[in-house]
Amino acid sequence: MVEPGLDVTDSGVPVPLISFRGVKKAFGPKIIFDDATLDVYPGETLTILGGSGTGKSVLIKMLIGLLKTDGGSIQAFGQEVTTLSEAGLIEIRKRIAMLFQSGALFDSLSVADNIKYPLREHGWGLESAMNDRVAEVLDMVGMTGSEKLKPAELSGGMRKRVGLARAIAMKPEVILYDEPTTGLDPVNVRRINGLILSLQARLGVTSIVVTHDMDSCFTVSDRIAMLYERRMAFVGSAEATQDCEIPYVREFTRGGKGTLDTDVT
Amino acid sequence: MNGFRGLLADAGGIAILSGRAFVAFWRSPVEWAPVLHQIDHAGIRSWSITALTAVFTGMVLALQFATGLESYGGSMYTGKLVALGIVRELGPTLTALLVGGRVGSGFAAELGSMVVNEQVDAIRALGADPVKKLVAPRVLACIIALPLLTMLADIVGLFGGLLITMREVGVTRKFFFSQVTETLGFVDLAHGLGKSLFFGYFIGVIGCFVGLRTTGGTEGVGQSTTRAVVNISITVLVSNYLLSTIFVALYG
Repeated sequence: MVEPGLDVTDSGVPVPLISFRGVKKAFGPKIIFDDATLDVYPGETLTILGGSGTGKSVLIKMLIGLLKTDGGSIQAFGQEVTTLSEAGLIEIRKRIAMLFQSGALFDSLSVADNIKYPLREHGWGLESAMNDRVAEVLDMVGMTGSEKLKPAELSGGMRKRVGLARAIAMKPEVILYDEPTTGLDPVNVRRINGLILSLQARLGVTSIVVTHDMDSCFTVSDRIAMLYERRMAFVGSAEATQDCEIPYVREFTRGGKGTLDTDVT
Repeated sequence: MNGFRGLLADAGGIAILSGRAFVAFWRSPVEWAPVLHQIDHAGIRSWSITALTAVFTGMVLALQFATGLESYGGSMYTGKLVALGIVRELGPTLTALLVGGRVGSGFAAELGSMVVNEQVDAIRALGADPVKKLVAPRVLACIIALPLLTMLADIVGLFGGLLITMREVGVTRKFFFSQVTETLGFVDLAHGLGKSLFFGYFIGVIGCFVGLRTTGGTEGVGQSTTRAVVNISITVLVSNYLLSTIFVALYG
């Protein structure tokens, strides 16, 4: 799992790029995280699994400061994120991009202007340089020539691919995928899985994928983390999930056809 | 008690949003293009409903005064009363209620949809500030557009009043206009237009505030839209009384 060449501490332990330590979060009376702890290492693709409403998306939104934590620590690139001002968070967001569940494209802007949005915001340069970058990232997601289309003219899968193009436009070091395959047909699911793998290979980015799609999970992940009962109940390789002592984790990651082996909650 | 606390919390939230929008707008780069776009979208395109409302308001006001004052032998003063009524009260207030309904609800629906579709989160994730991008241009556009629309309402309303006063009282156009110019001073215009600046601000900021606080998917967007119209209307009507009291105390 840990590639050779990673930064290591004096005691030989690899240094995580991102770490969550004892993170707490509640929405009103509903506690989402009690004590969530997780490390993400450079260059890996980590998948966060969990049932609906367990707060998978909340975790990655807290990482880039879209939601505030109620306690605990989140570090990225050696910096504490939870205490950063909005200006400090903007610097983090340049390095950590996010693909939203619905793509979250701006309806009033064309595909090209959607992708140029972060470029303009961060002073990428001349219009021609931005146009070149737009063409380049659209090519990476297999949407060459779609610059002039409006989001309303795109299918669900295409919206996600344009959303991905927009996310990688600023050359981020980390990409967060929020349910990248939810609501897509099997062909598009495989296309998105392929993109996650190819971006990983071409750009060498670190990826955190939030999903409950097991096919996608097993295809793209180096490691899996499973949210259960308000904390990370399991962190490890795909194969190790079946050896986990928690029945819910084994059942969740079992995949395939059939019914529940045991009545898990 | 909870309702009162909620009201105070909302007022505080609106004050904070206003402050943030003001600071964000002037933070470099200052972007005027979205403001102009919103003036066109929210302001200029409201001219027809503003004019239509104003002309009929002027007409009905003239009709009521002309007939009401007749028994006292005062129908010759219809022009004066119509002019004061339109310029000080009905021009700014009715315009604000109509534009509030049309534009404030639009802001709440648009921003509410952006919230539920994660577009507001996306703006932040892409390193921009939603208050600068969405709230500041809308509030500023309303503050600029409302006095302009109110001036239009004043002119068209007086025209409606003129038509009916001529017919009901039998005055000439010249007489009506001389009454209008005799009656209306700078203070009256400032009174009406000054209030409309505040109304514009309320429409913009309440519409955006309610929109940004949307939760609960498309159903939430619908609720936000309704809430925006109700809150804007109440704020306009209550603040109209308070602002009028202040203006009257200061300038008569």
